[in-house]
Amino acid sequence: MMLLEVRDLTVTFPTPRGPLDAVRSLDLDLEPGGALGIVGESGSGKSMTSLAIMGLQPRAARRTGSVRLQGRELVGMSEADLRRVRGDRVAMVFQDPLSSLNPYYTVGLQIEEAYCAHRPGVTRREARKVAIAALERVRIRDAARRVNHYPHQFSGGMRQRVMIAMALSTEPELLIADEPTTALDVTVQAQILDLLQEIRRETGTGLVLITHDLAVVSEITDHIVVMKDGVCVERGAVEQIFTRPRHPYTQALLDAVPRIDDEIGELRAVAPGLAVAPDNGGPV
Amino acid sequence: MPRFLLTRIMSGLMVLLLVCLFTYLVFFALSPDPAVQICGKSCTPELIDQIRGNLGLDQPFWTQFFLFVVGIFAGRTYGDGAGAVDCAAPCLGYSFQSSQAVWDMIVQRLPVSATVAVGAAVLWLLAGLAGGLLSAVKEGSFLDRFTTGLTLTSMSIPNYVLALVLQYVLVVQLQWLPFPQAVAFADDPVQWFLNFVMPWMVLAIGYAAAYTRLTRANVLDVLRENYVRTAAAKGLPQSLVWRRHALRPALTPIVTIFGMDFAGLLGGALITETVFGINGVGKMAADSIARNDQPVIMGVTLLAGFLVVVGNLVVDVVYTAIDPRVRVNA
Repeated sequence: MMLLEVRDLTVTFPTPRGPLDAVRSLDLDLEPGGALGIVGESGSGKSMTSLAIMGLQPRAARRTGSVRLQGRELVGMSEADLRRVRGDRVAMVFQDPLSSLNPYYTVGLQIEEAYCAHRPGVTRREARKVAIAALERVRIRDAARRVNHYPHQFSGGMRQRVMIAMALSTEPELLIADEPTTALDVTVQAQILDLLQEIRRETGTGLVLITHDLAVVSEITDHIVVMKDGVCVERGAVEQIFTRPRHPYTQALLDAVPRIDDEIGELRAVAPGLAVAPDNGGPV
Repeated sequence: MPRFLLTRIMSGLMVLLLVCLFTYLVFFALSPDPAVQICGKSCTPELIDQIRGNLGLDQPFWTQFFLFVVGIFAGRTYGDGAGAVDCAAPCLGYSFQSSQAVWDMIVQRLPVSATVAVGAAVLWLLAGLAGGLLSAVKEGSFLDRFTTGLTLTSMSIPNYVLALVLQYVLVVQLQWLPFPQAVAFADDPVQWFLNFVMPWMVLAIGYAAAYTRLTRANVLDVLRENYVRTAAAKGLPQSLVWRRHALRPALTPIVTIFGMDFAGLLGGALITETVFGINGVGKMAADSIARNDQPVIMGVTLLAGFLVVVGNLVVDVVYTAIDPRVRVNA
């Protein structure tokens, strides 16, 4: 059974000029323990996709289609049932770890509440142990002391480790990481990516990695979905996408990756008609 | 933490000293000769000189100011010989009108103003927070728009108009409230309470409107924060997301405003106390301004400054308890 099976996912916003699809007819497939990259520029609908999978799209938006997690349909599920899925079976790591952690509470409490929300009857002491273990798992030194610190007492990279620890505390089957390294500097980026890889190997968690950075997906994921204007324009295995991109937009994205021997160029414009062409591969 | 407190207290004292200086400058150095005022009708030049001497008005400005400040902390003696008057420690001088010590006048009236302020504060906090929260939860609904309209209206009605209208409607027409009578709490608690109902309402309505808007805006801002989204993504129950992750950050800034507003009100609600004839610090200020009773005006001004400084200090201390970022950076 597929871990995640998304069919015909559409997220529509009402606008004064008529309904607007932020995501249109998107299909995604992820095997248990697999890693899928969703790539695209700002506004391509990739973050909205990740929120829509968890049913966290803005209230004004309408979500249609099908999202199956281990065969269970999430679209149309009651809010109470969805709550049990969120954070427990599917966990998320967001882009900016500083603003994504509540400045008023210790990281320990924020990890504990994620755990306690899905393990009713757990004692504070047990939850504390889980929090410390989670921090240790993401290689935060002196976790027993750090657990009492507030987010602003951590560096950017450490904060993102805290976010990952929080997401993993419930041992979810699927981790959705939305631009997890974008707010970090390059050396820290590499560390976080390594960490995600290690954790994936250790725990067998499935990963959906959302990024605008092709270098990042190429390191971690096996399959890539390229999105533009809410539509999937190309999908395939990493090697195929990198060596034989079929869609001009993918080629343009690849050309925009800065190389050390290259002059800096802008993302080439692609003829608008091409963007909405139906994707050419079947579900990967 | 103690160092942080110490610097705050020092800067507070500096502010108070400056307030002293300016009020002294305005009320003694720039206004008509107090000695002539005190002297009254049957006045001789010798008498005026004598009064000047007693009050120290013949001294240079800085000496006068110095004596005034020393008087507040250590007390002072007016005049000399047999006619000398001893003014004990917090000495703010004597009223030109009643010859009462200004300090005693303030001490007598402060509890009245405090009663007005506390009652009003309870009302406006309850109404403001509840209104703001409801408005935020039901953003864009009829209730929200109705509340917005109501707050705008109540903010634009001046206190004295509201006071007079309320008096007319509640006391004269509907007779829901009795005519105010001067009673002590111990003698007739019910009448005492009813006396204060209108002033509380009049003061609370304006503040409640402002607090409603502030609460609504803060809550809506915080609900857009990334950490609220994180809390929802963790699968926390909606009520916990609200209580723990939205309310605390949203209500923290209100502590600041409340500290200032409440401290300001303790120093006397000038208009409301005057309209309702409540014998508090505010009415005393209004009366003394009308009679150019400079020592009293100065005393009230200093009191207001003192309360605001202390209020700010309290807010700072409270902040270290509720916002961890302040705690560590201090």
